[in-house]
Amino acid sequence: MPKNPEIKKVLVIGSGPIVIGQAAEFDYAGTQACRSLKEEGVQVVLANSNPATIMTDKEIAGQVYIEPLTVSVLEQIILKEKPDSLLPTLGGQAGLNLGMELAESGFLAQHGVKLIGTTAETIFKAEDRQAFKDTMEKIGEPCAPSLVVDNVEDGIAFTNTIGYPVVLRPAYTLGGSGGGIAHNETELIEILTNGLRLSRVGEVLVERCIAGWKEIEYEVMRDAAGNCITVCNMENIDPVGVHTGDSIVVAPSQTLGDKEYQMLRASALNIISELNITGGCNVQYALHPTSFEYCVIEVNPRVSRSSALASKATGYPIAKVAAKIALGYTLDEIKNAITGKTYASFEPMLDYCVVKLPRLPFDKFITAKRSLTTQMKATGEVMGICTNFEGALMKAVRSLEQHVDSMMGYDFTRLSKEELKERLAKVDDRRVWVIAEALRKGISYEEIHEVTKIDCWFIDKIAILVEMEGRLKKEPLTLGLLKEAKRLEFPDHVIASLAGRQEQEIRDMRYQNGITAAFKMVDTCAAEFAAETPYYYSCFGSENEAVGESSRKKVLVLGSGPIRIGQGIEFDYCSVHCTWAFAKEGYETIIINNNPETVSTDFDIADKLYFEPLTPEDVENIVRLEKPDGAVVQFGGQTAIKLTQSLMKMGVPIFGTKAEDVDAAEDRELFDKILEQTQIPRAAGGTVFTAKEAKEVANRLGYPVLVRPSYVLGGQGMQIAYTDDEIEEFMEIINRIAQDHPILVDKYLQGKEIEVDAVCDGTDILIPGIMEHIERTGVHSGDSISVYPAPTIGDGVKEKIVEYTGRLARALHVVGLINIQFIAMEEEVYVIEVNPRSSRTVPYISKVTGIPIVDLATRAILGQTLKGMGCPTGLAPEAEYVAVKMPVFSFEKLRGAEISLGPEMKSTGECLGIARTFDEALYKAFLGAGVQLPKYKQMIMTVRDADKPESVAVAKRFEALGYKIYATRSTAKYLNKYGVEARRINKISQESPNVMDLILGHKIDLVIDTPTQGRDKSRDGFLIRRNAIETGVYCITAMDTANALAESLEHANAKERLDLIDIAKVKNI
Amino acid sequence: MAQLTLFFCQKSDGKGGKYMKAFLILEDGTVFEGTSIGSAREVISEIVFNTSMTGYLEVLTDPSYAGQAVAMTYPLIGNYGVTPDMESDRPWVEGYIVRELSRVSSNFRCQGTVQDFLADHGIPGIAGVDTRALTKILREKGTMNGMITTDGGYRLEEVIPRLKAYQAGDVVGRATCKSASTLKGKGKRVALLDLGAKKNIAKSLQARGCGVTIYPAHTTAEEILNTHPDGIMLSNGPGDPKECQGIIQEIRKLYESGAPIFAICLGHQLMALANGADTYKMKYGHRGGNHPVKDLETGRVYISSQNHGYVVDVKHLPPSVAVPSFCNVNDGTNEGLRYTNKPVFTVQFHPEACPGPLDSGYLFDKFIQMMGGSSNAKESRN
Repeated sequence: MPKNPEIKKVLVIGSGPIVIGQAAEFDYAGTQACRSLKEEGVQVVLANSNPATIMTDKEIAGQVYIEPLTVSVLEQIILKEKPDSLLPTLGGQAGLNLGMELAESGFLAQHGVKLIGTTAETIFKAEDRQAFKDTMEKIGEPCAPSLVVDNVEDGIAFTNTIGYPVVLRPAYTLGGSGGGIAHNETELIEILTNGLRLSRVGEVLVERCIAGWKEIEYEVMRDAAGNCITVCNMENIDPVGVHTGDSIVVAPSQTLGDKEYQMLRASALNIISELNITGGCNVQYALHPTSFEYCVIEVNPRVSRSSALASKATGYPIAKVAAKIALGYTLDEIKNAITGKTYASFEPMLDYCVVKLPRLPFDKFITAKRSLTTQMKATGEVMGICTNFEGALMKAVRSLEQHVDSMMGYDFTRLSKEELKERLAKVDDRRVWVIAEALRKGISYEEIHEVTKIDCWFIDKIAILVEMEGRLKKEPLTLGLLKEAKRLEFPDHVIASLAGRQEQEIRDMRYQNGITAAFKMVDTCAAEFAAETPYYYSCFGSENEAVGESSRKKVLVLGSGPIRIGQGIEFDYCSVHCTWAFAKEGYETIIINNNPETVSTDFDIADKLYFEPLTPEDVENIVRLEKPDGAVVQFGGQTAIKLTQSLMKMGVPIFGTKAEDVDAAEDRELFDKILEQTQIPRAAGGTVFTAKEAKEVANRLGYPVLVRPSYVLGGQGMQIAYTDDEIEEFMEIINRIAQDHPILVDKYLQGKEIEVDAVCDGTDILIPGIMEHIERTGVHSGDSISVYPAPTIGDGVKEKIVEYTGRLARALHVVGLINIQFIAMEEEVYVIEVNPRSSRTVPYISKVTGIPIVDLATRAILGQTLKGMGCPTGLAPEAEYVAVKMPVFSFEKLRGAEISLGPEMKSTGECLGIARTFDEALYKAFLGAGVQLPKYKQMIMTVRDADKPESVAVAKRFEALGYKIYATRSTAKYLNKYGVEARRINKISQESPNVMDLILGHKIDLVIDTPTQGRDKSRDGFLIRRNAIETGVYCITAMDTANALAESLEHANAKERLDLIDIAKVKNI
Repeated sequence: MAQLTLFFCQKSDGKGGKYMKAFLILEDGTVFEGTSIGSAREVISEIVFNTSMTGYLEVLTDPSYAGQAVAMTYPLIGNYGVTPDMESDRPWVEGYIVRELSRVSSNFRCQGTVQDFLADHGIPGIAGVDTRALTKILREKGTMNGMITTDGGYRLEEVIPRLKAYQAGDVVGRATCKSASTLKGKGKRVALLDLGAKKNIAKSLQARGCGVTIYPAHTTAEEILNTHPDGIMLSNGPGDPKECQGIIQEIRKLYESGAPIFAICLGHQLMALANGADTYKMKYGHRGGNHPVKDLETGRVYISSQNHGYVVDVKHLPPSVAVPSFCNVNDGTNEGLRYTNKPVFTVQFHPEACPGPLDSGYLFDKFIQMMGGSSNAKESRN
């Protein structure tokens, strides 16, 4: 069937801010699909509140609305743009839910908009628990015995008939929010109550627990003619019970025979046909490990995290094909873009093995529970490709960048056999290393399998790695042994330390004997056909397929690795734009990255893609083959920056700002010298190594002081100390993690925080805009609400900022991008931090100012001048819009995580509010972040003494908005004294009704809880915040945020309708 | 060609063990070095590759591989060991070429390891081969002969002429059953001409209630027709179809009888030859579980299991005799014929699957209907 000619203008819904369970994979899918639509001459209107995405570029879509993703906003977009079709399957669960609501309400039908890519009936059948179960029953596909309940009593009664444990799954939530396994009635009541509330429709599925079964997924495609194929199947190494997003996943399945494989494949095709899906779909199965019994766990009738992984694992572009199918094409009409010879109606065959590891945020949330459950916790993921499983696992492990690069990375040697057996039962992010230690201690495969339910085949693979460690320690390092160690992807430095040699010796031994990495192609067809797309992975002991020769100049672009808190999708945005800019200048572009969720690892972004870990050794393998003319490190976040020295040692020139200048910005002493030279003030401070020194410095400066380790990302370990005792405490924590570098103690200045990104060509600078943070200094810039143009600073301060930025850029010889954070106190401006590289604000400021910063920076790197490019210099004229960047958090997914804001970054994503006025932009930003108030007009306040004076004004604003305020004893007393009618409520430790009862009563809109000075030691505050988050109550921990919310709500009352801004029409320079 | 020295991990005692070297020598002079698996016997045969990611056991025991050594493009083989999923009583490949053979066999139905299975049946093999590099050679230069040997003292100038001279011989005669046998069933009575049949053809018929009598390949048409079967099934099988002249003549008689006939793979080719069509050898064939075939009547595309090196040339086949019913979406080659004047239809691919997708199992239902029966087997998804 050829393309449907009636489809001319399509509205695509994105997935909104990045949160755990809904991350970069939707930018990848959305970008690929939009490009695919554009290719077909279809006009794309895009709606997504996330400004850090590539899909919201005007190069990708014709009309771009970075607006809150709500039904009413989408209705307005439809009225304004009059699309003929809506494609809701690219924006994850959020997009699908919105599409569903628009269809259900009849709005789409009224305005002549067709849902394409799916139907409302399909979504309903796949997403509604009961409808899904009925459909499966109808076609004879088994599901675990289950019942949908809308109250706790029914849940208990049903569980009593099927027996504990049971799995609880709330309907219509993403990433399994609010789900869990209940082993007894107490747990059942707790999880069920919470799940009922989180579900969009107040329903939870209570299901027979199939924990311990094999978890298998199939990615299926189907067209409107009914043709279907499976793109890939995947096996979770972790059995059912761990969310697939947190599981170690291997593709293709390893422990299934053809009989099991085809049985589940036939079932998946059966399901996609019955659901009448046109596009992609993910089906998850539980397979009994010792029989052919299986259960369908769930079906996602849309692109998903798994489909992104399957695309990268096989080379089959699922989103691209899904978009073409939505336009009416059949699978046999769509060319396979990888081979250029075959068609999309064929099933990829792999001749390698892929291992995906989740990137978990426990390094950021040390108090959070590390256990892995049906509630996803990972912020990102990495993928390793190799011709053997062991190698793929080893590559994935070192791609995580968690200072672990072997099966010895976490030390469990101190545990006894008995303790290890107990540890095996705990499923957390270090389980693989526990198994490795169990194997070293001689615990049998069977015993390990008995406890973990991990298949013995995988346990054997870990054993092979453990055996190799032993051989490298004991045996003489022969060439044969070295080859075998490299085949298993042991890094040189690990081999060196095990064999008692130097890393250089190992490398020399390899090169002298031709033991080098070979590169193989990911071609979708196991070499059956010659493929055209150069997508490579490395392995040892094989024939090399990649060709290094080129007639063009070559640039190596280093990606940013897994998405983690502090290094998110923004850096992928920068890497991709940098690649495009180099291509425009005639360069052959080469990307190295290991993140399967991103646009940068799509097969047609760069001329060549190397899907590899970002370590010096792995990069060197590529450099030896490609001999690039230079490398760019300033766009790939800290991951790329860290590789600068190594690249220089390999003889690769660094394009743009030099390494020593990057160092000068990071090294305290060098940086102080530069500040002295350029006469730029900063907060007084000193470098220390011990708590004693720290206290001396602190007392000299006067409290409060900011304590932080140097060379860290996203403010990790940064704290504000008010007393000697706190210094002691923080120093102990910091020293537990990092000891190599000195610790910085600075006077803590509480002022306005200002941030700029600038392009510098070595002489001139261009500042697209000055951003001001709503929260005062002390809250990490990534967690602050950021406003452009800076609303409250005067021209004098602005001039100083422009002047200082120019001085610093020149002093650091910046060529490319620089990001600077300042504090403004009255008319004084102090510098906090300088990063001579791209930053998290680059995509946002590019979009709202219309200035293509990365493109300009790349051209500057190539030697062009700003003046030569026809750009203005200095501060660009302010745009006609106000843009507010709002951080978005995923605290509800992380049990036990401390949510109060501080110098350490905690947000996972962001959304944008853009409007003609500040108030409206702010309102949109809150709305985009999911803060839809008011509901019950009741709130709780509990603030620290220092904030009490300010709290009065805040309380009065909310009172004026009609809020009933509850407050704990001292806060209530203070508020009452100043004329606020606050109702006193008991603390948690006191008798009921207390603050907890109030929160759990689900009649509270908002909790304002500012933690006591420094680190909050009171369990009360922590419990209040956690409970607020876990029951879905919006919780604010800074007075500035509270004021901003009040302002936004005041505006909401004043204005009914939002003005929509098409970002694609923002003026450009 | 770079020599490869990958190791085949056999023992889990951590000692690495002593392994015998093996060599794969191709007609074009390429030599791959690896580790001997299975029997250490020397073998010469045609070398082909298969792209299936699962189903190595079904491949090993498919009689269509008589005369061929098979290289698996998927690098991890033997993961679930040897299970009851065999397509005949023994392995039929002449040799087995893999990248890595798992030292652990993990499956609840596992009865042994691939290593022991090969050794017990005297099948030689080689592990540690860069099967992707091998596949690329076969893809570029076409299928060729080769030798697997453990004798490191080989001399290419002596080996290559022997490789070039190698011919598979009467592989159908070797692969077919020695005497007739019957599988009971209450429904239609089907005569299955075993040209090297995979077990699942008979099983697929039996699952649909048929009683199946399996005849050796050289059975005369008369003998079969005398039993008045409701329908006749021609199976898959090995080798060059044109070498089966005697069988072709008997198949012509079966065709003329007017009995409903369904043929798969070699049977499909022989029926075409019996009706004046030609066959030719493809450059490197289709062997795997991912080939899209298009039903030319409905436009539907099915993913099929395939194993063939020869294909029917439909150019000179007049529509008055037969019309193409399926074609391969990738290369346009013929994948099926529907005969105009007789109740006969044939396909090049394998609706019996094993290994591979079950998508085209409905063709067995179509055959049952052609015989006047009805079928409700579970495989009939479409």
